[in-house]
Amino acid sequence: MSAATLPAVHLTPKPSIDGSEGQLLEVSMGPQHPSTHGVFRMDVVLDGEQVVKLKPVFGYLHRNHEKIAEQETYLGSMPYTDRLDYFCSITNNWAYALAVEKLAGIQVPERAEYIRIITGELTRLQNHACLIGFLMQDMGASGTPLMYAFREREKILDLLEALTGSRMMCNYMRFGGCRVDFPTGWLQQAQKVVEAFPRFLDEYERLLAENEILMARTQGIGVLPKELAVNAGVTGPMLRACGVNYDIRKVDKYGIYDRFSFRVPLGEHGDVYDRYMIRLLEMRESVKVLQEAIRDIPSGAIMDAKTKIRGFRPKAGEAYGRIEAPKGELGFYLISDGSPNPYRYRVRPPSLINLTVLEDMCLGHNVADVVVILGSVDIVLGEVDR
Amino acid sequence: MFGEGLLKGMAETARNFLGSYVSKDRLTTVQFPEERVAPIEASRNFPFLVYDGKDWQQGMRCVSCLICEKECPPKCIFIEKSTDKKPDATGKPQFYPAVFNIDVSVCMSCQICVEVCPFDAIKMDVAFELSTDNRFDDLLWDKQRLAKSNEYYGKIHPTEAAAVDAQLAEGRAKLEAKSKLTTEAKAVGAAVPSAQTVSGVTE
Repeated sequence: MSAATLPAVHLTPKPSIDGSEGQLLEVSMGPQHPSTHGVFRMDVVLDGEQVVKLKPVFGYLHRNHEKIAEQETYLGSMPYTDRLDYFCSITNNWAYALAVEKLAGIQVPERAEYIRIITGELTRLQNHACLIGFLMQDMGASGTPLMYAFREREKILDLLEALTGSRMMCNYMRFGGCRVDFPTGWLQQAQKVVEAFPRFLDEYERLLAENEILMARTQGIGVLPKELAVNAGVTGPMLRACGVNYDIRKVDKYGIYDRFSFRVPLGEHGDVYDRYMIRLLEMRESVKVLQEAIRDIPSGAIMDAKTKIRGFRPKAGEAYGRIEAPKGELGFYLISDGSPNPYRYRVRPPSLINLTVLEDMCLGHNVADVVVILGSVDIVLGEVDR
Repeated sequence: MFGEGLLKGMAETARNFLGSYVSKDRLTTVQFPEERVAPIEASRNFPFLVYDGKDWQQGMRCVSCLICEKECPPKCIFIEKSTDKKPDATGKPQFYPAVFNIDVSVCMSCQICVEVCPFDAIKMDVAFELSTDNRFDDLLWDKQRLAKSNEYYGKIHPTEAAAVDAQLAEGRAKLEAKSKLTTEAKAVGAAVPSAQTVSGVTE
């Protein structure tokens, strides 16, 4: 079938079955579809079961985050960054704090850097645990794998609540440090959770890694070629599953990541199975980082004494702060004109940019595979639409 | 053998299922309305106004400086400053909020009002069972609804409240020493500008 015979995909679905093209069917998946991970819509053109065209439609959760941030003070945007990727608010806080610290030239005390690493890696653990659970749910394994993952996530959320006061909307980092220090006994509790985590990973691997149905559903499905991934700006576990060694924790060494010994797992095929395994392996590496950080954390101040909370005005200039968020490169680009609110505030969301290759991964596969491929991209619509 | 991985996974599920009868940590579900988890001290949900002593109107710490109203990211706080001064819990004449409203349908419990308040007058609550059938009046909390005693604050956040109380007591002691010094100086006859005693309030 040539491209010329394909019907145009419009924003609003319209009946596309007429006499001449009776073979093709246009299906609007979402925005209320349970497997779209939020309010996300795909206009899929099908030839029987096979996808011949796919158009992602997003913007249903647009909240004008960037423009609101330009009206707010620098501190006032911090709680809004929690709501970008609501699974990992700590890393969102971190990326924003990093950008502002670059802009204003603020030094972060040593203990605060360690706290950031500990909370950030805990966030990565719970995000990846959730993702593999959701992926299995998308494949039709209702319940069991997701509940196992959520059981572990709950322990980490309890830790975050005891530290930051909130389970998901942490609002924890501040420019020049962190808001509060660990309460008594928190670190011991965290150590317990971290030490028990590999047991969950072993259990999960026994549960699923060799599962024949899982392999049949994921191996060779949604292959993303290396060149395309690099050209499209895909980052994070998605990129590493294609075999590209690019981890901002290693490349940029923001914070104090150069002090920790951890490896970057790489995939080979770039299919859904590799993306699933990458997450499992990354969690094991995160556990290593966490163990080292909990062991080495020094005492001391957690806030830069010179930075004020109120009346914060960085000098005119621009800065780009980026971190390796669980979903990929999360960056904040800020321009200051010396006033209390940023002149320009831009978020580089990993979910949105990883999503741009969705059509290339889905073409030629069945509709049921589209759901699995979308699940393996790991998107959160709060971040895609902003 | 085909199906081996499947069987292994099922064995894992069986282990979890049977294990839940013997091992407590495999049984993680809390049957919510009947059972409750222990409250976590740091948790936060919607702000309240702290008052000292018995009378919420007299003891309110808020002096209506409007900082929280200005700093609140979603702008859910509305304050009208009083035109007159009234004595607060320590007997000192202060401005007070004539109107202090928080729209909890807008509030996102971010705690920034607490961080910026120089008087420790606004703190985070932990109450979460707040559903109501009137989405207009019942979600706009006035100062009477927001006022809660310092004892309540000490009960929900013991560690934090103890630190705040110590800090406030220290400030008051300093102020007392200063005013004592001023009265003594006045008695001696040295001219001390009266503004100095007023400026001591915020320190």
